[in-house]
Amino acid sequence: MAGTASIPLRNVPGASLGVRRDPRSVRWPLIVICVGFLALFLLLPLVAVFANALSSGVAAYLRALTDPEALSAIRLTLLTAGIAVPANLVFGVAAAWAIARFDFTGKRLLITLIDVPFSISPVISGMVFVLLFGAQGLFGKWLMAHNLRIVFAVPGLILATIFVTFPYIARELIPALQAVGSEEEEAALALGASGWKMLWRITLPNIKWSILYGVILCNARAMGEFGAVSVVSGHIRGLTNTMPLYIEILYNDYQLPAAFAVASLLTLLAVVTLIAKSIVEWKFEEDTASVIAVSKPDPS
Amino acid sequence: MSIEIRNVSKSFGQFQALKDISLVVPAGELVALLGPSGSGKTTLLRMIAGLDFPDTGSVIFDGQEGTRREARDRGVGFVFQHYSLFRHMTVFDNVAFGLTVKPRKSRPSKEAITKKVHELLQLIQLEGLANRYPSQLSGGQRQRVALARALAVEPNVLLLDEPFGALDAKVRQELRTWLRRLHDEIHVTSVFVTHDQEEALEVADRIVLMNEGRVVQEGPPEQVYHEPANAFVYHFLGSLNLFHARIEDGQAIIGEPATVSSAAPNGDTPMAYVRPHLMDIERFPKSRNHFPGRVVRINAAGPLVKVELVTERGQTVQVEISHERYRELQPAKNEMVFVGPREMRVF
Repeated sequence: MAGTASIPLRNVPGASLGVRRDPRSVRWPLIVICVGFLALFLLLPLVAVFANALSSGVAAYLRALTDPEALSAIRLTLLTAGIAVPANLVFGVAAAWAIARFDFTGKRLLITLIDVPFSISPVISGMVFVLLFGAQGLFGKWLMAHNLRIVFAVPGLILATIFVTFPYIARELIPALQAVGSEEEEAALALGASGWKMLWRITLPNIKWSILYGVILCNARAMGEFGAVSVVSGHIRGLTNTMPLYIEILYNDYQLPAAFAVASLLTLLAVVTLIAKSIVEWKFEEDTASVIAVSKPDPS
Repeated sequence: MSIEIRNVSKSFGQFQALKDISLVVPAGELVALLGPSGSGKTTLLRMIAGLDFPDTGSVIFDGQEGTRREARDRGVGFVFQHYSLFRHMTVFDNVAFGLTVKPRKSRPSKEAITKKVHELLQLIQLEGLANRYPSQLSGGQRQRVALARALAVEPNVLLLDEPFGALDAKVRQELRTWLRRLHDEIHVTSVFVTHDQEEALEVADRIVLMNEGRVVQEGPPEQVYHEPANAFVYHFLGSLNLFHARIEDGQAIIGEPATVSSAAPNGDTPMAYVRPHLMDIERFPKSRNHFPGRVVRINAAGPLVKVELVTERGQTVQVEISHERYRELQPAKNEMVFVGPREMRVF
């Protein structure tokens, strides 16, 4: 889940793949190559994770998951995602709205800035926080004087996670808002709605599937983030280890079944994410289909 | 409510959309803002609604300054060109929206809202469709829902942006008549934007003709149609033939026809404008203004017979004659005849 990030791909609404009739000699080898590749690089590892996790039996698997350190890692991961996702939701809606609805100087710069976490290595994202809030950092002295800890503590983990995941929701909402357009919002204003009522009753309902989609992706990335979190964590067992970090420690300690047991939870998250994503996409397309019907005036 | 626009100008970047517009919309009238696209009519409408604000000048409602007033405090009903119905709400909720977002103090009770919405649905003859979503309605139905939604808040002013632009000809005609009747019933001050001169001439009490950000002419439809202020107005209000003219003894004599594309009248040579239905075909020249032409096309389908002629210089002249006249004359294709204006206008 961590590692290289990419702008989420999604089926363009309304675009349907033209089914072409190529000769069998072309079709079948291509399909076999694709399926074989996917099986080798995606399915096999997935199976391997669960096989290794359960290699010492179900009891050992459960024991690995209920270990106090494992539980603490799970709790910390949930806490981090639980704060990072809502924070990015608020930020994402605000940024997307500003970009989609207003023209202002520096708009392009803002769009570029939103993409920064996509384009830089997560390790560097983590380093930035060490440089800012570490003992030798810019605010280090001030923080020490006030007895505040950010780096090598939970606040650092949350900050790094927010930083790494903040493009997901904003990126998802900008095109959605642009596609919906501002006419319905203007209609609401002309009918006497306040800006706040317009947001809650018109704007947000119109982009609800995009919001959910962005939240799902953002959450998956927040829970799986490794690089940035690894730099700011300090790896204090039971205190600042999130699930990915805890897995690495177990792995380095040669506790393979335990490492894979925790990893299997993250893998499950990935599978659940994929399923949720598909459902949302399907719902989204249903709605888009009706939107297209609305915008296409038909006679009578 | 009467509306007064005083010296309003507005630019979008380099483009000056409105240039020092002044205009009065008397209370209770149905006024059409007519003009080609890019003439500034929609911008002006949005300014009355409070969806856009002028760079300079003021908008005055019933004698009270309201230039900077927010859209929601203006009491306007706005009907958008593409309806802009709330796609995630039913017809009922769409119509009720304006009432349900009122501040708690002035918000009617649930029962009162339901009653009001049903009255409006009855008015637009869509009572059975209260639970439908906009995507399940036809274009004409959507437009009527948009109108009911705007009327629900009992606006002081009803503003409509190209209300029938996206509908096909037959529905458009029906809705036009319906809008006119509705206005006669409720008498709310209404302004609608259109680029369709027929629509404006048929529906409006007053027409405001706009071009390139200025008001070119305003007045009742008959006046605008019969006494066009300049060549643009004449040109915009219908098809025409264009002739070079010269003035002799206070009378315009037309020489050779000019192509319509050379419509820009220059000061020296006056141009004569003649509507196709104000031209006649004769077998022999009846006056100095008759000139020969060859019949190239006859179209008798429609209320008038359209005859297309080509002059000796190869220019096209459109003539529309009545079916009686056509039967009397029976011009044949490729026959040489004489054409001349019964009435013309020189700018």
